[in-house]
Amino acid sequence: MRITVTVDGTAYTDDVEPRLLLVHYLREVVGKTGTVVGCDTSNCGSCTVHLDGRSVKSCSVLAVQADGREVTTVEGLARDGELHPVQRAFHDNHALQCGFCTPGMIMQAIDLLADDPDPDERAVRHGLEGNLCRCTGYQNIVRAVRDAAHRMRPGAGPEAERVAGQMVGGE
Amino acid sequence: MTTTAEPEVGRARLRKEDARLVTGRTRWTDNLTLPGLLHLAFLRSPVAHARITAVDTEEARRMPGVIAVFTGRDLAAAQGSLPCAWPITPDQKAPPAPPLAVDQVNFAGEAVAVVVARGAAQAQDALVGIDVTYADLPVVLDLASAAADSDLVHPDLGTNRSARWVFDSAEAGTGGDVDAAIGAAEVLIERTYRQQRLIPAFMEPRSVVVDPTGEQLTMWSATQIPHILRLMLALTTGTPEHKVRVIAPDVGGGFGGKLQVTPEEVVAMVVAQRIGKPVKWTETRSESLLSAHHGRDQLQKLTLAARRDGTVTGLKVELLADMGAYLRLVTPGVPILGAFMFNAIYKFPAYRFECTNVFTTKVPTDAYRGAGRPEATYAIERLMDELAVELGRDPIEVREQNWIKHDEFPFTTVAGLEYDSGNYEAATARAKELLGYDALRAEQRERRARGDVVQLGIGTSTFTEMCGLAPSRVLGALSYGAGGWEHAQIRMLPSGKVEVVTGSSAHGQGHETAWSQIVADQLGVPFEDVEVLHGDTQISPRGLDTYGSRSLTVGGMAVLKAGEKVIKKARRVAAHLMECAEDDLEFAGGRFTVRGTERSTGITDVALAVFAAHDLPDGVEPTLDSEATFDPDNFSFPHGTHLCAVEVDTETGFTRIRKYACVDDVGKVVNPIIVEGQVHGGLAQGIAQALYEEAIHDESGTLTTGTLADYLVPSAADLPHFDTDRTETPSTTNQLGAKGVGEAGTIASTPAVVNAIVDAVRHLGVNDVEMPCTPYRVWAAINGANPSTPSTTPAPGGGLGSVTPTEPTGGTA
Repeated sequence: MRITVTVDGTAYTDDVEPRLLLVHYLREVVGKTGTVVGCDTSNCGSCTVHLDGRSVKSCSVLAVQADGREVTTVEGLARDGELHPVQRAFHDNHALQCGFCTPGMIMQAIDLLADDPDPDERAVRHGLEGNLCRCTGYQNIVRAVRDAAHRMRPGAGPEAERVAGQMVGGE
Repeated sequence: MTTTAEPEVGRARLRKEDARLVTGRTRWTDNLTLPGLLHLAFLRSPVAHARITAVDTEEARRMPGVIAVFTGRDLAAAQGSLPCAWPITPDQKAPPAPPLAVDQVNFAGEAVAVVVARGAAQAQDALVGIDVTYADLPVVLDLASAAADSDLVHPDLGTNRSARWVFDSAEAGTGGDVDAAIGAAEVLIERTYRQQRLIPAFMEPRSVVVDPTGEQLTMWSATQIPHILRLMLALTTGTPEHKVRVIAPDVGGGFGGKLQVTPEEVVAMVVAQRIGKPVKWTETRSESLLSAHHGRDQLQKLTLAARRDGTVTGLKVELLADMGAYLRLVTPGVPILGAFMFNAIYKFPAYRFECTNVFTTKVPTDAYRGAGRPEATYAIERLMDELAVELGRDPIEVREQNWIKHDEFPFTTVAGLEYDSGNYEAATARAKELLGYDALRAEQRERRARGDVVQLGIGTSTFTEMCGLAPSRVLGALSYGAGGWEHAQIRMLPSGKVEVVTGSSAHGQGHETAWSQIVADQLGVPFEDVEVLHGDTQISPRGLDTYGSRSLTVGGMAVLKAGEKVIKKARRVAAHLMECAEDDLEFAGGRFTVRGTERSTGITDVALAVFAAHDLPDGVEPTLDSEATFDPDNFSFPHGTHLCAVEVDTETGFTRIRKYACVDDVGKVVNPIIVEGQVHGGLAQGIAQALYEEAIHDESGTLTTGTLADYLVPSAADLPHFDTDRTETPSTTNQLGAKGVGEAGTIASTPAVVNAIVDAVRHLGVNDVEMPCTPYRVWAAINGANPSTPSTTPAPGGGLGSVTPTEPTGGTA
């Protein structure tokens, strides 16, 4: 099937097998290897991307379902050489070790902040429940997400991905 | 260059590694693609124990995109036998371990055939075209009956018992006779504990790419051990070592799970060589859980002898350790790493450890975070709580009565190790303060008095571990197949930049940052000017890789030693350039200064002068580059006190961690945020053993926890906030004063949690709950029911925040 998908701002048109998963389309056809596959039962969340601005596990979406839609991956978050505030917060709070879960965790955290711009610890923990990390014990991830929330006032989410540059702030 | 105002070592530097990782500019093995790359898929045995009577691959060969199909018989002459580097006894029994099974399968998940196809999906599709006929053999699952040779896993060996390994303090001359101590004991604590089987469950599934087309065959692999792998590939396949290059690019976690020479690596290499084209294999998560090695899985029979006044007098440990179906790289040595740790921080006068390694028809076990030491720590820390109960005393008080006091170091233990330093009093005092120990004890009494449905329990774990694996002569004495040194090289570039080559192979530990800090301080160069290179046997030719909390204490020391050589070489040239004696030069902040003058030159200026080589002293080589191989004299011994308060709902058996406080002493710290991160991650894995995780095989030997929906790696919602702090008692066995931190949290936390649960419900007649302490097991313990042991299905509700009846609130706010 022929599909056209906008990935990180660039439109791609490809012929794909109907069974091709979005994550495999991103990795193998478009070359967006920043998004990774960590499981085969949609438990780990490593493959989380945004589809029209909201998080999806790209292992649970077919490439053909993304036809005509916009996908944002972790590779498309930075603006004008500036990291997205959530990326910056992950770095500043040592919220990653091996980094394999990090792209999915960041994409899910942005989605979480779109729904709740100032989540408490419990809300962050539950909002990230579908994303597994084996290295950090989550404490610094929770810290990073709350830190990012403060930097991103008044809110995150789809808007933040469209706005260039000026997301720096907070402490 | 000026003296850095703030030393780099000890500073909370944010990691260099992060910039790529948070933006997706990563180089996982599975990202790699090569021209004409072919893909592998493995057919795995659905049965745990069977003879292979026939394999028909014809249909698979005709399927779209398929290039070739190989069975174990096809590769038998080339694939060799997977290596085991640790024969713990001279008469250890080990079966051949073909990467692809040839005549017999011995665990469900064992690879029996491999498809090579143009696409990964095509390779996967073709697996259904392979028809294997199995003649079932009796499965061997229960550890105790396996040890009794009920049915044999490997009939040719004549027994399931691979080896028996004994340490006895009376025989070793390090202590008394334990049976005499037991005979004379005023108090005896006898317990049997089960260390359930765990799965390392690194987040990045294993992946391997082999390119056979160069002069050297190149393998990229998601491995912790590129150097060991290279040597083992050569020894296993007969390809000369100098014709093999191994690259570990970005590696997404390991925890011991990637400390292995895997069947798939060897098969990928052999197949690539046979076809002459590059090949790739990336496992699915289900394949990973089903076939990558597991960890733990021991039965521990324990006897602790003590006097009525609380003084411990003897400890006897009898272990059965489940090897699974084969001996992988260090499988038999894992329980032996615990042999010296059961006596822990306590002054036992007599000690005996014996371990029988046993084959079963299950996935092979091998290293998993802590490897042997969590099992030992669990046993002794559970026993110390039981002793306190028997004596009617506070568990911390009984520990303190028996532990090595801070002014007694160095202390030679009953297991023959010399603990260099420690301060258990300081760590414990701080941990009690952090937890609010006395207030929680008061609350516990109050809840108990009013018969609250939710009871509070407090668990203690005052642990130590042996880290910094390892002095080579000790490994030799334990019959390990290699040494324990580490290698480093420092290259001084003419522009003033520095390259550090390390044999340590990071996969999340932050070596690039920490090594840069060490070298920046030592050579007086900016942190940003240091590049750390690793993980490629062509760039980093010597190394023994990353495991056993060894990187800083051994690999970091090698870096420091290489730096000393650079300074020594530079000093001679600097003296020549400034026309003074070497002894007149002081080196600080990156500059050589002529004592008592203003004259000085920077080490990077010397590097440029050496590069030009126009004016060097006679007989001096034009290079400052230096390398060093560091072999430690002793292990290091991190310690700490972990305290856990839990609330147990006595009606549902549900456990909630109310507060977790720990104080670790890992010696001098290079980077406190990295250390804290290691502690957090370690805690998560240790707590997960206590509450959530268990690899379960059903009665036919099928792994029933073969997905992340069944194997309960905890999510953020399943874990509490951790209150962590440190005391700092420098190690005296290395110049850095460092002790290692990679495994501490995992080793310490498991008994703290289980002790807390038992403490919460002890008054209801409970003196043990088997791990993982699922709501059902806790409820059953309270109600005197007997949960099936070992269970064959995952327990409901053990983890996954979404199904928990009480939300973890976490935090201390």
